[in-house]
Amino acid sequence: MEVVRLRVNGDERVCGVPAHYTLLEALRYGLGLTGSKQGCDKGDCGACTVIVDGRAILSCITPVWEAEGREVRTVEGLANGTETHPVQDEFDLNGAAQCGFCTPGILCSSVALLDRNPSATREEIRTALAGNLCRCTGYEKIYDAVEAAAARLDG
Amino acid sequence: MLRLPPFRYHRPDTVDEAVLLLARFGEDALPIAGGTDLMPNMKHRLFTPAHVVSLNGIAAMRGIGTVAGTATGSASDNGSAPRGNGFLLRIGALETLADVSGDPLVRRHCAGLAEAAGLVAGPQLRNMGTIGGNVCLDTRCTYYNQTEFWREALGYCLKKDGTVCHVTKVGRKCVAAHSADTPPNLIALDASLTLAGPDGTREISAAEFFVTDGIRNTRRKRDEILTEIRIPIVEGRRSAYRKLRQRHSIDFPLLSVAVVADFAEDETLTGLTGAVSALGARPRVLAGWRDMATGERMSRELIEALAGRAWSQCRPLDNIIVDPEWRRAMVPVYVRRALEEVAGGGGPGSPWTESPRHSSGDASGPDAGPSHGKPSR
Repeated sequence: MEVVRLRVNGDERVCGVPAHYTLLEALRYGLGLTGSKQGCDKGDCGACTVIVDGRAILSCITPVWEAEGREVRTVEGLANGTETHPVQDEFDLNGAAQCGFCTPGILCSSVALLDRNPSATREEIRTALAGNLCRCTGYEKIYDAVEAAAARLDG
Repeated sequence: MLRLPPFRYHRPDTVDEAVLLLARFGEDALPIAGGTDLMPNMKHRLFTPAHVVSLNGIAAMRGIGTVAGTATGSASDNGSAPRGNGFLLRIGALETLADVSGDPLVRRHCAGLAEAAGLVAGPQLRNMGTIGGNVCLDTRCTYYNQTEFWREALGYCLKKDGTVCHVTKVGRKCVAAHSADTPPNLIALDASLTLAGPDGTREISAAEFFVTDGIRNTRRKRDEILTEIRIPIVEGRRSAYRKLRQRHSIDFPLLSVAVVADFAEDETLTGLTGAVSALGARPRVLAGWRDMATGERMSRELIEALAGRAWSQCRPLDNIIVDPEWRRAMVPVYVRRALEEVAGGGGPGSPWTESPRHSSGDASGPDAGPSHGKPSR
């Protein structure tokens, strides 16, 4: 075991991990942050998406050491206290989650997009979410939700 | 759940330290940058290094800018003496594919390369994966990129742990496919690659970097690191890239076509290079194009002739899980689209700017090119 120091959702966190852990494993099994999902676990599906230094990345193929000294944001850190993020709100209002397994990753990809570009168009939303697979919704309600969140953030 | 095999992680700050670590641990070490290729491959036990040397702390391997210099020349079909205006575009190997695709200098001087970088995999993978890693990407095959369990059940394969090639059945040569998007562009652009190793640095042209061996398809030695890419900046040069894929995201190319054309002021061609990949173990330059094109203007007849010439040279194998005959039939289609794009770069009013919807019989196919149509769902 080795000690890794991570800054996750604004908190300084320390945990012991084997040297070959991924960021996802450290989050889930070291810090108990199980919001980020372990789906394909090889960089295809996007369920493990987190935001590192403002960019959406796949935590299942990121060595944990590459996250040291950087700002990690997971689905647990999107809400401001008890106040949900507009994207989370709109997911609820638009029925954009069914089984919910892909939802944390899609929320992270969406927030990374809207933080950079609050006036994202539907086409830009589709492009930004092209690395997140959802087997339930057919995507349209997800795009609706992110579009509605963009309208709120930009308005 | 796919676990990584145990390893120690090293994160040096300089190229020299990284090279020393790679030399010290020899066969037991592998370099990592974005990790988007290596990490899944390690989870599949295709590589089990005891030491992983991260290049991500090396600031000298970042940055995109112009530097004075001339091209070193290459084996590409451009043939004649190195050209250029005395400046090179330098891209640090650690630049992410997202940054390369969005960089104003790359977009201006190497539109095809920017397009290719922007079409690799999906958004998260482009935020992580580097252009250096894309150049050094491992070859891919239906029988190789699988879990240990899957590969063991089939008795392994020639590329890893076995003695049989399940693609050719009889062959003693691995035919895993080169599957990176940026190299065909770099080859067509006469780019050179800088490699740092224990004996110092050396430059090699992108065209000479790849070899026809699916097991290990580059001339990079195990203890060498690709540190930067240099591309000659040439006035009147236009480039384009087209990628055949099943979806519009995440997947590797089933066929990739890069075209670089040099135009004189009167729009006659002074040079033309086409490179294709995802067919065999290395990207290849399409033979005979320069002689067909030099001194001509782009015309429907010329584009058809070039597309036919490309088709006759490309024979995809059954190494990717898509019908090779279909991939071959798409060669002239994708070559035509790439050529139409460079032909249309002549400015507004050019007859090429609004190219007609392609009539080649694949209008219902999954890929209408990145700038047309919508992803099929």
